[in-house]
Amino acid sequence: MAEERRQKLCSVILPTESMKAMAESVGVGSLQEDSCLALSEEVSYRIKEIAQDALKFMHHGKRRKLMTGDIDHALKLKNVEPLYGFQSQEFIPFRFASGGGRELHFYEEKEVDLSDIINTPLPRVPLDVSLKAHWLSIDGVQPAIPENPPPAPKEQQKAESTEPLKAVKPGQEEEGSIQSKGQGATSAEVKGKEKMRMKPRSTHELSVEQQLYYKEITEACVGSCEAKRAEALQSIATDPGLYQMLPRFSTFISEGVRVNVVQNNLALLIYLMRMVKALMDNPTLYLEKYLHELIPAVVTCIVSKQLCLRPDVDNHWALRDFAARLMAQSCKTFSTTTNNIQSRITKTFTKALLDDRTQWTTRYGCIAGLAELGHDVIKTLIIPRLSVEGARIKAVMDGPVVSNIDKIGADHVQSLLLKHCASVVAKTRPLPDLVDQYKADFGYLGTMLCSHVIKARAQASFQAQTVNRTTLTITQPRPTLSMSQSGLSASGGSRTPSIIKVPSSLTLMSTRPGTPTQPSPPATKYIVMATSAGAASTQQVRVLKEFVSW
Amino acid sequence: MAALQDGPMELDTEKEVKPEILSDGTSNLSGNTGNGALSSSPLTAAPAGGAPKQEDQQTLIAVLQFLKRNKLSESVEILRREAGLAEDQVDSLAADGSGGGKEDGGDANSLLSRVSIPAAAAPQSTLTPVPVKRSEDHPDVRVVLSAYNQQGDPSLYQVYYSDLKNFIESVLDCHRAELSQLFYPLFVHMYLELVYNNNEAKAKAFFEKFSGDQECYYLDDLRVLCGLSKKEHMKGNEALLDFRTSRFVLRISRDSYQLLKRHLQERHNNQIWNIIQEHLYIDIFDGMPRSKGQIDSMSGSLGGEAKREVNKAKVFYGLLKEPEIEVPLDDEDDEAENEEGKPKKKKTKKDSIGSKSKKQDPNAPQQNRIPLPELKDSDKLDKIMYMKESTKRIRLSPENLPSICFYTFLNAYQGLTAVDFTDDSSLLAGGFADSTVRVWTVTPKKLRKVKSAADLNLIDKESDDVLERIMDEKTASESKILHGHSGPVYGVSFSPDRNYLLSSSEDSTVRLWSLQTFTCLVGYKGHNYPVWDTQFSPFGYYFVSGGHDRVARLWATDHYQPLRIFAGHLADVTCTRFHPNSNYVATGSTDRTVRLWDVLNGNCVRIFTGHKGPIHSLAFSPNGKFLASGSTDGRVLLWDLGHGLMIGELKGHTDTIYALKFSRDGEILASGSMDSTVRLWDSTKAFDDVEMDDFTAATGHIHLPD
Repeated sequence: MAEERRQKLCSVILPTESMKAMAESVGVGSLQEDSCLALSEEVSYRIKEIAQDALKFMHHGKRRKLMTGDIDHALKLKNVEPLYGFQSQEFIPFRFASGGGRELHFYEEKEVDLSDIINTPLPRVPLDVSLKAHWLSIDGVQPAIPENPPPAPKEQQKAESTEPLKAVKPGQEEEGSIQSKGQGATSAEVKGKEKMRMKPRSTHELSVEQQLYYKEITEACVGSCEAKRAEALQSIATDPGLYQMLPRFSTFISEGVRVNVVQNNLALLIYLMRMVKALMDNPTLYLEKYLHELIPAVVTCIVSKQLCLRPDVDNHWALRDFAARLMAQSCKTFSTTTNNIQSRITKTFTKALLDDRTQWTTRYGCIAGLAELGHDVIKTLIIPRLSVEGARIKAVMDGPVVSNIDKIGADHVQSLLLKHCASVVAKTRPLPDLVDQYKADFGYLGTMLCSHVIKARAQASFQAQTVNRTTLTITQPRPTLSMSQSGLSASGGSRTPSIIKVPSSLTLMSTRPGTPTQPSPPATKYIVMATSAGAASTQQVRVLKEFVSW
Repeated sequence: MAALQDGPMELDTEKEVKPEILSDGTSNLSGNTGNGALSSSPLTAAPAGGAPKQEDQQTLIAVLQFLKRNKLSESVEILRREAGLAEDQVDSLAADGSGGGKEDGGDANSLLSRVSIPAAAAPQSTLTPVPVKRSEDHPDVRVVLSAYNQQGDPSLYQVYYSDLKNFIESVLDCHRAELSQLFYPLFVHMYLELVYNNNEAKAKAFFEKFSGDQECYYLDDLRVLCGLSKKEHMKGNEALLDFRTSRFVLRISRDSYQLLKRHLQERHNNQIWNIIQEHLYIDIFDGMPRSKGQIDSMSGSLGGEAKREVNKAKVFYGLLKEPEIEVPLDDEDDEAENEEGKPKKKKTKKDSIGSKSKKQDPNAPQQNRIPLPELKDSDKLDKIMYMKESTKRIRLSPENLPSICFYTFLNAYQGLTAVDFTDDSSLLAGGFADSTVRVWTVTPKKLRKVKSAADLNLIDKESDDVLERIMDEKTASESKILHGHSGPVYGVSFSPDRNYLLSSSEDSTVRLWSLQTFTCLVGYKGHNYPVWDTQFSPFGYYFVSGGHDRVARLWATDHYQPLRIFAGHLADVTCTRFHPNSNYVATGSTDRTVRLWDVLNGNCVRIFTGHKGPIHSLAFSPNGKFLASGSTDGRVLLWDLGHGLMIGELKGHTDTIYALKFSRDGEILASGSMDSTVRLWDSTKAFDDVEMDDFTAATGHIHLPD
């Protein structure tokens, strides 16, 4: 500590070269080393003095940032003329030129075309100061309004969910803030408080405003008006005070998915996934506590056998892709060594993928879910399966026409596999790309994979070139999802209110006999979902049982 | 000094005499400036004549010379008569003085320096000749610095210091904490001595070796010191001059002091002994040495702790009796700067108020101790309103927390520098960095100007609603901008009757604005540097301002010159507050002390040390007994004015506290800080717990539990 402080306090002085440069700029050619040293010490001292005075002005201006104005005022204190209008975009504003035996330092001043300035549109006038009143506290309690900080900041939410015993609500510490002169009584009280510190109660009552807000938001999210929905989702993604409503939102989403999967309402499922996305985007929310509701909902949207009424026409594949991206995002954010979300999800997907009886839709979802988890997962779990999957696709494509639906499914799985595997193979497999070799390694898909890989390589090299030429900009594909099929969005809009109605049978589901029980708690969470879905469609039970058994 | 002389003195007399004179000089500098009755002549400069000792005479002659040169013959005559000196005596003595040694003898400057270096010291052969340099701003610079002339071997400084350090580290625990107080002042003085005598390299080495040992709250000062490495820098450096002109005050128990003295004498460590004698003031007390915690809670200021005597004066902290109308409560608590508008803090305290108003508070000053303005009819109406409202108040307590309405300034672009509310929460004023002052109304009643003189002539003066008719409806708006300052506005304050507004600015003026015409009425010039804060007295008429020139000034609105100058702070006066009874003024400063000044005679009656950073906010409790102060170190300290003691420390904030305010009945203290929090503190608890045993009252030691 002492060492560190001493280091900080050591007087730093400007280099003598600076003195020389400055002297030259005012026309003093040769300055002796001694005078430079003396000058630099003096100048450093004066600069420090002025900086210390400027700090005073900063403090009285109630700011944390020192501004040029403060320096001006400090100079004024010393009876020095302030630097009027000083600004320089560059580090050193001088330019150097030599010619004709002379050396020059000069300010570079560009010619300015006045007509350009006149013709540019005027900038917006800065807004005038105005006053806004709001409640900071009502009877000692801070209301949850946008002007106030969120009742529980993200760090605290995180601490609460990971270390529930250590978390303290902000209100509690305020109560104990007087510890000044308590003598025995206070210290005993404080000690008592520390001992008594238990898991904080969370209030489940929402204020009237919050209830109204919840109603408006949920209605807008699943309603027919796209503009309203965008606004509502924006609100969910940015508003700071949603912490208390989070349990409601998470229940709303999980129940909504449960009902709409059964009813094959693709539009509503998409809306609900967009809500999940918005919640995850909100920087003030920490979702860990609600994953047990959200993950089953998301996984259902990825792997459910049927998500829409007309699987041959509707684009439920987009929903699966979107949900898979959400899943990957939550794995990245929330997976820890304790909850092991990523490995458990991976296991689930793999198991479904390995099963021969898995439907094409579910198969697509599993592959999409795995592929989004990253290149390593693709490399270890999907690429080895390529030949097997290839054979399966071949059987559908070339074999007798079973059903149109199967064919579409196989087609989508094929393009999905090619899309994800090509980039990975392009990175891992050494050149050259020979079709025969690919055929030998990957079977039926080999030919197409080969052409995709070649394309991927070409694109990669092209991108590398552009990167070299311009500055590096990383563009991340933002998962967005909008309804592309007009028929669906119409049908989805009309049935909005039904989503909140929960089928009465659902309450029984969790105790339904015959469900396999698992020791690990998260697994049981999936059981609930599996059974509830199973109540409506037997096909789904089969798919989802796979979750149960991992 | 008296304390020092109780102990046996075995050192040369010359060394003893010198500090005495020095302290005389400084007390003259600081003490006399604020004298005089409440007249408009603030500066009575001449020091009173003392006993006809040789040194005093010399001082006197120096002053006389100065006056003569400035053609103030009347003053010369009076002073000469009072001192009982014959005219020829003066001349001959002056001739003596000027003849003795220096070439530029007739100069008052050199005489002054002779005063500080007594004749006995002159023949010393080691004395380095003092280069005569006159800096116009600080005529006393040389005097101050010349004390550094005697020096030991500079190379031995490190040895001396580490010898003392080893000694202090080896003494018993109970003495160690007390003696450790010596480290910082000794370190600074030794470093400065090295710098002054051009031992730059040694000074640097000394600094590097020992700066790490100093208490962390001196870091800011060390930063200033480390930049200072040349003798030339010492001229004009205010921080340094502060350290020189004031003697660092330490409180040490007699036992510890004896221990130290014995050690220094054994080792013949004269160098350190000299510094202690010359530059430190050791306030010796009998009894147990203090603990580390006790010392830490009181130390931290630029000039050491306050001497015990300075806090002994009686302070009439009680409230004034309400005149005529039987409104029972004082309208204290008016103008304190308050960032967050609180809605009316409510309480029902009628019975206790009623009994209080009947008899005079024994601690209250006399009603006419300082002349106060007569109550106007409108003031009486206000008081009645206030009384009515106070009956509706709900008593606040930790169980019954207030509702707080928060006003946010939007689009201020970090430009808001000061805020004030009227007592009835109807108007809000903001001072801005762009040198404007803006006034808002926060009630539906719009702000209106009075009509122009020509229009006023037209209205019917007999009509009942003449007061309404004089207002110009066309000018009604929610806010008004007041232009006039030429620098950031650092302080604003409403008058209690809501007719005037004060603002203080970087442009070194205080301006008085009318809220009827929204124009500037007076610009008060007197501070030569930025004025950091200003505040109206709770009864109006008077106001106080404090600024970078290290003095606080008391003004009356109808005088263009200050009535009092409160000088004594060693650095900028950052905040100023009136006591609820208007008889006292509290000032907080960058020197990390809070001082309380008597408005009647301009004396400093309390010095509170304990803050570890510049003080940026002050608040009196509504009953006048306590003072709260907040500083950059993020702590709020509570002080008892009557006893002059620290009674509490409120820890919790992590950054500068810029706003402090008590609720109307003093039960809750609100603090606003740069750490973006507003905290409410239960002040009754802090005050009730004050227990004053005799020992504490006698010695001024405080115990603060964590």
